[in-house]
Amino acid sequence: MHYKTIAELTTELNAKKISSVELTQFYLERIKRFNKQLNCLITITEEQALNAAKHADEARAKGQAGRLTGIPLVQKDIFCTDGIKTSCGSKMLDNYISPYNATVVEKLNAAGTVLLGKANMDEFAMGSSNENSYYGPVKNPWDLERVPGGSSGGSAAAVAANLTPVATGTDTGGSIRQPCALTGISGIKPTYGRVSRYGMIAFASSLDQGGPMARTAEDLALVLEAMAGFDERDSTSVDEPVPDYTKTLNDSLTGLRIGLPKEFFDAGLDSDMEKAIQAAIKEYEKLGATFHEIHLPNSGLSIPAYYVLAPAECSSNLARYDGVRFGYRCNDPADLEDLYKRSRSEAFGNEVKRRIMIGTYALSAGYYDAYYLKAQKIRGLIRQDFTEAFKKVDVILGPTTPTPAFKLGEKADDPISMYLSDIYTIAVNLAGLPGMSIPAGFVKGLPVGMQLIGNLFAEARLLNVAHSYQKVTDWHTKIPEGF
Amino acid sequence: MSLTPADVKKIAHLARLTMSEDEVAHSAKQLSNILELVAQMNQADTAHIDPVANPLDLSQRLRTDAVTEPNQRDKFQKIAPEVQDGLYLVPKVIEDGQ
Repeated sequence: MHYKTIAELTTELNAKKISSVELTQFYLERIKRFNKQLNCLITITEEQALNAAKHADEARAKGQAGRLTGIPLVQKDIFCTDGIKTSCGSKMLDNYISPYNATVVEKLNAAGTVLLGKANMDEFAMGSSNENSYYGPVKNPWDLERVPGGSSGGSAAAVAANLTPVATGTDTGGSIRQPCALTGISGIKPTYGRVSRYGMIAFASSLDQGGPMARTAEDLALVLEAMAGFDERDSTSVDEPVPDYTKTLNDSLTGLRIGLPKEFFDAGLDSDMEKAIQAAIKEYEKLGATFHEIHLPNSGLSIPAYYVLAPAECSSNLARYDGVRFGYRCNDPADLEDLYKRSRSEAFGNEVKRRIMIGTYALSAGYYDAYYLKAQKIRGLIRQDFTEAFKKVDVILGPTTPTPAFKLGEKADDPISMYLSDIYTIAVNLAGLPGMSIPAGFVKGLPVGMQLIGNLFAEARLLNVAHSYQKVTDWHTKIPEGF
Repeated sequence: MSLTPADVKKIAHLARLTMSEDEVAHSAKQLSNILELVAQMNQADTAHIDPVANPLDLSQRLRTDAVTEPNQRDKFQKIAPEVQDGLYLVPKVIEDGQ
């Protein structure tokens, strides 16, 4: 029963070896047993889960089961769930019972999945360690003194500890890929516009993108297909057909050209991490891929540009939290301005306030050209780098992070050193490209994540490249001791 | 670019945040450090580069101007901090006699 992929679970459900209710109970038991230790879920939706599982079993009995019917999952607490608390990791939304479902939630419900609960996260998805949550930090199941990464840290820890076969995440600068890397699981950030942002609480709207986090590329293929697609309620949703991502998983890699960005193998990369990535390169050569050095000369500018664009967009998006219509309101406001100021100051955490301040400054009168416009031009330079690279190669490969999981508290008082932990992932968001992280080994008992970057809408190719590696390696099957 | 405590207070007001004097001093330092990081952008020559707002260069769609959502006022007001007779309540904004 332990550590089965979605495909394996579906086979067992179809063969009536287990019911969806039993499967749901199994995961709920594990959640009850381990959540106190890991703090990966903010809300457990036991009653709804058992109801949904019962419906899934009924659908299956009538011959109406799809590929995800009865599969339990966890939603990051950034996705609005009708009638269920949706906190976004913030005191601001601690009392917020969403009155509607995000499109991603609607789609996964329609696919017959069973919601087990809502995952902990950095407040409003701002963070790389999950230490910025109002609900306390999440622990990494590989070492409880270390962070699971962020912002989708609860989702990552829940999958890594097998409290769910799959979870959703969101990725604005690496928030799916970095926690996947630090907890030894697989995840994909799709092309910008591939997955609807409707009901996904906004952080930086020109960068935010939702995606699945699971144990294998095959599972990601199944869940991404259910999540993706055009949505008229998201004004930047792209009207492109969604392929059956499972059909191309086993395509041959012979002749595949893989690019290695020189800038991703620099002095900042931990030398043992580099060895793990080099070993993965050898595996791909055996599978028939060829390697080519490429350059992304402007990638070093991605963090500076990101820390203008993301805060600017966040300061605008978070202006809606004013204590009037929903969310936290301070006690006894003297007047309207006091209501706004104290509600916001009492309910936002330090990192959120920091980013609102930076964004407000960058967008204030007289500074627009020097900051926001300049950052958008840097974005153009970074995208140009990738466009040039994809003329020579099909896929780009490198590390997801410069180091394995760091210790809780290690970077908590040093925002800039925290920002730099996303050095290899942020450029991908700026260019709108799809990116993955899959497990590629261990350094001192901690997982190493390998990043794969594809051209726009090349999710099928990325999943194929990841799956091919997972067929010849077993890093993705490793489980943390005690779980 | 280095921010003074006065700058920080002004930005905090624009962002509708309050800060203690200690927080102002601490923020001035931290925000200045971040702006120093951001200033690395100036190393790049972007004179001939178009700004990117949407990575796919798509512009936002318009929809027909039609009512598509049902009225769910009661449902939405259930989660509001303070409502009365279908209205959201806030502290008095207009003084008597004005």
